[in-house]
Amino acid sequence: MASKSKESTKTTDTIKQALSKDEFLTMHRQMLDIRNFDNKVNELVKRGKVPGMTHFSVGEEAASVGAIAAIGEGDLITSNHRGHGQTIAMGIDLNEMMAEILGRATGTCKGKGGSMHIADLDKGNLGANGIVGGGMGMAIGAALTQQMKKTGKIVICFFGDGAVNEGTFHETLNLASIWKLPVIFYSINNMYGISTPIKSVINIDYNYRRAASYGIPGYLIEDGNNVMDVYDRFRDVVAYVREGNGPVLVESLTYRWYGHSTSDPGKYRTKEEIDAWKKKDPILKFSKYLIDNKIATQKELDDLDKASKEAVEEAVQFAFSSPEPSLESAFEDIFAP
Amino acid sequence: MENETKLMSVRDAVIMAMSEEMRRDENVFLMGEDVGIFGGDFGTSVGMLEEFGKERVRDTPISENAISGCAIGAAMTGMRPIVDVTFMDFIVYMMDNIVNQAAKTRYMFGGKGQIPVVFRCAAGSGVGSAAQHSQSLEAWFTHIPGLKVVAPGTPADVKGLLKAAIRDNNPVIFLEYKAQYNMKGEVPLDPDFVLPLGKAEIKREGNDVTVVTYGRMLERVLKAADELAESDGVHVEVVDLRTLAPLDKETVLESVKKTGRVLLVNDAHKTGGFIGEVAAMIAESDAFDYLDSPILRLAADDIPTPYNHLLETAMVPSVERIKKYILKLVNKR
Repeated sequence: MASKSKESTKTTDTIKQALSKDEFLTMHRQMLDIRNFDNKVNELVKRGKVPGMTHFSVGEEAASVGAIAAIGEGDLITSNHRGHGQTIAMGIDLNEMMAEILGRATGTCKGKGGSMHIADLDKGNLGANGIVGGGMGMAIGAALTQQMKKTGKIVICFFGDGAVNEGTFHETLNLASIWKLPVIFYSINNMYGISTPIKSVINIDYNYRRAASYGIPGYLIEDGNNVMDVYDRFRDVVAYVREGNGPVLVESLTYRWYGHSTSDPGKYRTKEEIDAWKKKDPILKFSKYLIDNKIATQKELDDLDKASKEAVEEAVQFAFSSPEPSLESAFEDIFAP
Repeated sequence: MENETKLMSVRDAVIMAMSEEMRRDENVFLMGEDVGIFGGDFGTSVGMLEEFGKERVRDTPISENAISGCAIGAAMTGMRPIVDVTFMDFIVYMMDNIVNQAAKTRYMFGGKGQIPVVFRCAAGSGVGSAAQHSQSLEAWFTHIPGLKVVAPGTPADVKGLLKAAIRDNNPVIFLEYKAQYNMKGEVPLDPDFVLPLGKAEIKREGNDVTVVTYGRMLERVLKAADELAESDGVHVEVVDLRTLAPLDKETVLESVKKTGRVLLVNDAHKTGGFIGEVAAMIAESDAFDYLDSPILRLAADDIPTPYNHLLETAMVPSVERIKKYILKLVNKR
């Protein structure tokens, strides 16, 4: 049942018709926000202003944005430690997100979660997760709720290539497949689990092929840096899953420009490899697409970037001017009333 | 019906509590291995498939990780799952989901979201099921902030506390004792009979010595207390914790202050066991000044549960040993 993605050129016209200019520009703006936000956080890390661990989504913007563009209101996601991209694409308030990363009381989680635990339940984001594969159980459970309550909503479960050898990967894909749960398992393959190349820890070429062992469709998005390819594939699988056909496994290939986390010495990748991937910049790629197809002008895209950078700057100001949480607040929010 | 009771087993009290809650709230459902047509590995869901159907009495593959994760995700999005863990030992496969996800999610998210899920565990030894099917692992969970841990010792408490656990908006680890599923007692038939979590109960009043216990050991402690009153004229006050987290410190300390002597009894291993925590809590409190003798613990030996019936029985506090320990305390007078 597993098959590879279609040629992207074949679908360009249909996508062009399916999306409005606003929708195209929203996707572009989200990618810019992810890039600008994470570049800014990286700068703050270097200045010693970030109290804890962060993982950046720079380079992987298209893989998240294209998928989330294909779902609608009321649909849900679970995310992982590298969750900034999905969180921003799900429409989080950037001010609160930056405040959270700086540990402030005004943060999304009141400074209690930090980068690895940002959740935005009102927007359908069930949270980043610090445990590799930790969101998979939650994703199938959220999907079970949609099935039992007949909401017609679906779940995208985001994880990295590093999660596919956790036992939970097998257990949750199996359970979701036998119960036909409305969930898309989506592996963003950035080639490395910290320093370990994925090729050295699985005995097949690509993980999406494992879908066959659960009797579900599996797809590879070969160019995960092409947001239109990602969107195109997700438009189809979202419809398939929403119709009640059960889960799908999708894998996209991309690359993180920065290290695993802010403490990465980076010895396992060559400069040549990193530079080669930077040439496949998802944002430049989409800019070219939008201009070539006369969807937007360079000036419009430049204005978007400027607005994005201003929003990030405002988020930094907001975060720095926000108070630290009170010591008493450490004892709140443990139990629900 | 309000005050009506019926003599029934722990097993039937479990079924009654779950069934009443499932009738009351359509978001409540049961999931786990063999909960459907088999009626639960310990018979604790017999008849429920027939009443509620397979959507709400949901058989799962043998996948503890997926079961627990799925229950937590369902709870987070509006359902109220009850997980039949069966043997408590199997909860070890669920630890990441319970400890790293369920217990912390609300806190990490700054007070957003809630996870109303109950993990029902058949704990303890006593049925010859050896080392991988006999553990009482409550202390692992009382150590984790964000979890509630309940361990009732009578059929009525099982009903009242299980219903409270299902109605609670937090993850609850609920201990049942496999050796006591057939134990009988009067159980209120009122479908609104719900006991508060976090509240201990004085199961027997006395002035000479306090015995703090919970779960499976309650029956033995009460028997020991009755026998000592008869044979030695020693009057034991029995504090049944019922809920370990949150712990009702006040009831324990009040009783200790009253009697000045305290024995703590559970069926889990002694080292790192929950009664050690209760002992420390007493020692740190102002009740320490009221003590006339050292705090004593009586727990299961620090050995894996042996298969042989004689060895298995000897490992866990017996009525005789409980009596011996109580007398040890009293004779220091």
